[in-house]
Amino acid sequence: MAVAVSALALAASACGKTSTESNTPEETKGGDKGGSSSYKGKGIGLAYDIGGQGDQSFNDAAYAGYEKAKAEFKIGGVDVEPSDGESDADKVQRLTALAKQGYNPVIGVGFVYAKAVGEVSKKFPKTTFAVIDDTTVKEPNVAGLAFSEEQGSYLAGVAAAKATKTKTVGFIGGVEIPLIKKFEAGFVQGVQDTDKSVKVKTQYLTQPPNFDGFSKPDLGREAAKGQLDAGADVIYHAAGLAGQGSIEAVAAEKKWAIGVDSDQYNQKALDKYKAYILTSMTKDVGGAVYSLTKSVIEGKPLSGEQRFDLKAGGVGLSDSNPAFKEMTDVVDAVAKAKKAIEDGTITVKSTP
Amino acid sequence: MKKFDKERVLLALAGPAIALVVAVALTSIVLLISGKSPFEPYSIMFEQATFSDIQVLIVNQATMYYLAAVAVAVGFRMNLFNIGVDGQYRLAAMTTALVGAHVALPSFLQVPMLILVAMLTGAFWAGIAGILKTTRGVSEVVSTIMLNAIATSLIAWLTQAENFGVLSGNNTTTGLMSESGWIPGIELAGGKIYGLIVLAVIVGVAYWLVLGRTRFGFDLRATGASESAAAASGVNAKRMVLTAMLISGALAGIAGLPLLLGHSHTYDLTFPAGLGFTAIGIALLGRNHPVGIVFASLLWAWLDKASQELDYHGYDKEIAVIMQGLIVLAVVISYEAVRVWGLKRQQQRVGEELAAAARKSKNSEEVAAR
Repeated sequence: MAVAVSALALAASACGKTSTESNTPEETKGGDKGGSSSYKGKGIGLAYDIGGQGDQSFNDAAYAGYEKAKAEFKIGGVDVEPSDGESDADKVQRLTALAKQGYNPVIGVGFVYAKAVGEVSKKFPKTTFAVIDDTTVKEPNVAGLAFSEEQGSYLAGVAAAKATKTKTVGFIGGVEIPLIKKFEAGFVQGVQDTDKSVKVKTQYLTQPPNFDGFSKPDLGREAAKGQLDAGADVIYHAAGLAGQGSIEAVAAEKKWAIGVDSDQYNQKALDKYKAYILTSMTKDVGGAVYSLTKSVIEGKPLSGEQRFDLKAGGVGLSDSNPAFKEMTDVVDAVAKAKKAIEDGTITVKSTP
Repeated sequence: MKKFDKERVLLALAGPAIALVVAVALTSIVLLISGKSPFEPYSIMFEQATFSDIQVLIVNQATMYYLAAVAVAVGFRMNLFNIGVDGQYRLAAMTTALVGAHVALPSFLQVPMLILVAMLTGAFWAGIAGILKTTRGVSEVVSTIMLNAIATSLIAWLTQAENFGVLSGNNTTTGLMSESGWIPGIELAGGKIYGLIVLAVIVGVAYWLVLGRTRFGFDLRATGASESAAAASGVNAKRMVLTAMLISGALAGIAGLPLLLGHSHTYDLTFPAGLGFTAIGIALLGRNHPVGIVFASLLWAWLDKASQELDYHGYDKEIAVIMQGLIVLAVVISYEAVRVWGLKRQQQRVGEELAAAARKSKNSEEVAAR
């Protein structure tokens, strides 16, 4: 009873204005910030996935592209983080707020935004929306920015199989979700195509809905220790911030680690261990954010599936570690595999 | 009798009121230390509560909090700590979504069937802990935490594409539920209120009735207060433990339904986790009382939803999380303090009454002696 009363009391007063009506902004206001004369938006609206800014990985990559685009096109922007345990309704609210305030494009970082973008994009046909890692939303004003992680991971597998001395390599996945399984599938195929005698140890840190596997370095450290004990001497991680723990453990044993998403050899937070970061599978989320923003500024917004694959430079294998460049046989094998994937002689599986 | 009740209401309200004041004061200190205005975040959040769309979000979230918190409260009343509400809720939501996707009965059968599936799943999962406790003496705290972890793995396995899962891009779902199992929302200016808010109302009323007005409720509270005393008066304590766990689990099972049947229509990776843990704090704050939990749920949901706006004003929305944490801490301490204080007052009063009675009888004795 009491629930009804108080709920209805709240609901009854709900005839007031909505939060977004009160701070509706106006395209004119955004105009003075816009560098381009035709662009009338207020800037980029970036909505992060769980973990948010500072994860040294996925979200930070998006942030880098957002900063670059903001500076280059002299536009504004706002980046917002989600809360733990929120539902789609909260994501809809967040995206609606961004679109209503005049941000354009509005970007959902992570496939978890797919449903919410699908709902909100219908209400704002003039705003360009984008979801990273998703291609399921079919609206004219929505771009799905997807990456071929399996192709980059294949190259990581080739490098690992060539570099291992113990004939054992490891894969550490953050959370066991289809997206991370793409990394595993590519890596395992790359290893096996290169050297059938090399064994791959696979481990996932957590199961959904527990996403600690992307954020807790101690989990990554323990998993890496286990794989090192089992004889692995090259370990590839796809575990975001948790992967830092893996890199740390691998460096302590003076074995090889393979980084992910960003070129981790160049990351300040990992400076101490960089000599042991053989290479990184780069996923250019920042570049995708940048290209999308550019397309909006130029008045020709991207729409539909935008695939960032090996050919387009959306994924790849970094070579910033001088030690990696010295291993000419590894570099050659990777270059050969890259060419084969690009011209279609090798098709990489996206499921293990 | 009536006078005594007034005292009890006063004491009951003093606990949460003190906790809230302390939490607000401490949060303001945190804000001051970090060099920010200790008042503006509150005014922003209060303003948010006047917007219709935020109100809808708050009510919808509070509906789910309420159901889960009552599930926790049923256990608390029995002196059982069901930490497994979260696992029971997730497993039940997933099972219901699966059944809903594969069965398509007419609406008037489908909806009750889905609610029943959710209740049975939740009750089954909590029942395992109940049976372990009654037959083997395993602490329900330990077993329900473990069952949470097992539920996680079980859900992950069942929702794999090779089992019952349906992939939607990079998301793992259970497939879309048949439309006969969807429950339309109550359309308002600011959005849709979950239709199953009705379920929360029914549960609230039933909880109040059963606990306060039936023999079973009395036995439950009696066993919770003192198991041996209840046993002496003929209550089968073991059966009460099992029954309480089953009810708690069944309620946990329906906590996810407002969202599942009202909006998402599938169980996927974005389905909110952690509801059962939040509910523990809410049940504590609401003093396990059907009305108290309403206010606690609304307060919690308000902190969750109104704080989002802080990000656009240069504050961190985590202020609300700090506040929620402080509330839980303060609640535990203030309840104990208020309880001790109330006990003291009661003892003093009883002492005074006895002394007065003694004086009176002494006087009358003197009169009689004269």
